[in-house]
Amino acid sequence: MIVEFGHYALVLAFALSLVQSVVPLWGALARDDRLMAVAAPVSVTTFIMVLLSFAVLTNAYLTADFSVLNVLENSHSAKPLVYKFTGVWGNHEGSMLLWVLILVFFGALVGFFGGNLPKDLRAATLAVQGWISAGFILFLLATSNPFARVANPPLEGADLNPILQDIGLAIHPPLLYVGYVGFSITFSFAVAALILGRTDAAWARWVRPWTLLAWSFLTLGIAMGSYWAYYELGWGGWWFWDPVENASLMPWLAGTALLHSAIVMERREALKIWTILLAIFTFSLSLLGTFLVRSGVLTSVHAFATDPTRGVFILALLCFFIGGSLALYAWRAPALKQGGLFAPISREGALVLNNLFLTSACAAVFVGTLYPLFLDAVTGEKISVGAPFFNLTFGPLMVPLLIAVPFGPVLSWKRGDLLAASQRLYAAFGLAILMTVFTFWLWGMDMVLAPLGVGLAVWVMAGAVAEILTRVKILEIGPSRAFSRLIGLPGSAWGTSMAHFGVGVTVLGIVTASAFQEERIATVRPGDVVELSGYQLTFDGAAPRRGPNFTEEVGHFTIRQGGIFVAELDPSKRVYTARQMPTTEAAIHTTGFSQLYLSLGESRGDGAVDVRVYFKPLITLIWIGCVIMALGGAVSIADRRLRVGAPKPARKRKSAAPAPAE
Amino acid sequence: MIRSLFTSFFLCLCLLASPAMAVAPDEILDDPALEARARVLSAELRCMVCQNQSIDDSDAPLAKDLRVLVRERLVAGDSDAQVIDYLVSRYGEFVLLKPRFAWNTLALWAAGPLALVAGLFAIILALRKRRAQSAQAADSPVAGLSEEEERRLKALLEDNG
Repeated sequence: MIVEFGHYALVLAFALSLVQSVVPLWGALARDDRLMAVAAPVSVTTFIMVLLSFAVLTNAYLTADFSVLNVLENSHSAKPLVYKFTGVWGNHEGSMLLWVLILVFFGALVGFFGGNLPKDLRAATLAVQGWISAGFILFLLATSNPFARVANPPLEGADLNPILQDIGLAIHPPLLYVGYVGFSITFSFAVAALILGRTDAAWARWVRPWTLLAWSFLTLGIAMGSYWAYYELGWGGWWFWDPVENASLMPWLAGTALLHSAIVMERREALKIWTILLAIFTFSLSLLGTFLVRSGVLTSVHAFATDPTRGVFILALLCFFIGGSLALYAWRAPALKQGGLFAPISREGALVLNNLFLTSACAAVFVGTLYPLFLDAVTGEKISVGAPFFNLTFGPLMVPLLIAVPFGPVLSWKRGDLLAASQRLYAAFGLAILMTVFTFWLWGMDMVLAPLGVGLAVWVMAGAVAEILTRVKILEIGPSRAFSRLIGLPGSAWGTSMAHFGVGVTVLGIVTASAFQEERIATVRPGDVVELSGYQLTFDGAAPRRGPNFTEEVGHFTIRQGGIFVAELDPSKRVYTARQMPTTEAAIHTTGFSQLYLSLGESRGDGAVDVRVYFKPLITLIWIGCVIMALGGAVSIADRRLRVGAPKPARKRKSAAPAPAE
Repeated sequence: MIRSLFTSFFLCLCLLASPAMAVAPDEILDDPALEARARVLSAELRCMVCQNQSIDDSDAPLAKDLRVLVRERLVAGDSDAQVIDYLVSRYGEFVLLKPRFAWNTLALWAAGPLALVAGLFAIILALRKRRAQSAQAADSPVAGLSEEEERRLKALLEDNG
């Protein structure tokens, strides 16, 4: 009965979304306040309905109600409680419900907090948001109903995929979905602006916090997924250029470009048309990701790809939203007026360069991901496009971008002076050269690219620091007064510097972990010692152990450095009983920013076992850098000046609240 | 990423053998130079039954066979290119994670650089156009009228005329 109630709540949410998609838009076009006022309460009610249905599904999981097909297929009574909870979104139907929940949550946020938006903009934005929710709730109801029952429920469920029985499942998908779905708001804002035929600096000001929010979460989501794969999959890789990873990277690249072009639009009223197009692209790429993952077009063996009708349905949604918004764009965008002029060498120019490289990189990833599919469809030839291709095409596009990063924030708006900007970066440049030379000295001349990569990373990091120091004019006014200026710096300045610093940190981690990694592969018997990077790993033997829903073979290693005890590591191989599925549990020891990574291989009888040990220098910087980027985003959102409704800076500028265009 | 975990799950299903790590100790060649070449080559070859994994990363029995095959060819004195050719002749282009530059992969390889060049052109054109427009607007006495205003002006003029 409760389950049917959840199903019913979802149906109600669908009906409400339909109301939300039609009535407020009608109101906005007919300038009817009462019709427009429908948007906010309906969006909040829709959220409550989806929340109810999500709660019902969660309850079915927690009580292990195997009469629900979804629970039966993805849960087990012996599963630890936390995985019963996270298992709700460890499958297609549940994760789609979470996706929709976050979607309507964002709609409700706009409805709830959007009081200071112009009425028609809020109504139109919520209407567009309503179309998206209606489309995806219908998708759930029609093709992926999580509340379907089974007539004769068995006593035990099929258990959750063991790889997903990890704390990563609790964190990664929600973060990623907040990122993906968060861009729906910028999309709705963009489409609303096109419908109303009006964009201005105020529009960019409203859109920017949403973009920042979505971008920060997407950054965290991708980083978390990368770390999860790194420790769970057991071969020590952290990025595989897998189509589904690319599906999350593409909106990230487009979103990063959007973040930067929105700044130009907000400050200088330039790049309006481009910013709107980017907002459409970013969410379109999110939708494309959803399509690729859930339709099964990319992979014949994929857990989410069981039913071709789902693929067709999502494809239809995809065509409707992407095609519709682009058609609307083609029709309405030429009517939008462009503002602010700028010289090529200027802050705007640098941000345009940023957009150029990010979108080109995004295009390279897009084509690389879809090309095998395309070629197969057209000529029937089968080719693979994998990591070596992406490294070769994506990397070179990132290098000039990274070189340019420190210049952007120190150039002035409108017309910049490259020489003056370079002078502010002398110290950063010197430091980068120094670190490059130092790395050469440390590792010898046989590796050329890696020291240059280190230099590039240091350049980006030092550039971010230099930017802050330039802003407080430390050279002109001395450290003590500079310090008081430092505290007074706006959040957006700190946010920019932090995010750029984070990029440098991530690049440093990528370079060192890929270039200077060390590896040993060996067969060990109890008592054997493996030497790696100054560590001695003694194998003390392996023993079986029982977990709640798995059995495992645990190897015990003692790590010493120069004879001194450092740590004990217990890598294991598990077999999950319900699915009889083996997994490898790597053991990781973190020293400083580096990690020692240990994973077990095949047992060879008489106590001997294969083992693979890596030393990955500074690898944690990859994810720490991402966290710093996301924090930068958060600090930037917290900037009072960018908060809608906060007093405007006392600059001579037209009031940011737009009068209706009459 | 969650989906790559999903896919790897299916990958494991298709193995069903006990989980081994990729390169096993008994596969490693005695000659470190040859072994290093084998590792580089393996990273560019696809495990054909897997989901976007190189034979260097994969635990699948097929990947093991291919790793051993690559090493056998290297020991027999093949060059890297010969090993690649041999594998392509046996398994087709699908085995290469980095497609060869050919007419049917031209668009693939050119996409990134082409996007960059096209974007650069678009920017230059847009800048020029904007500058010409603003110069024109500065000359024009009706600068600052909105479209709506211009339309009304035109309507008024037409009415009078």
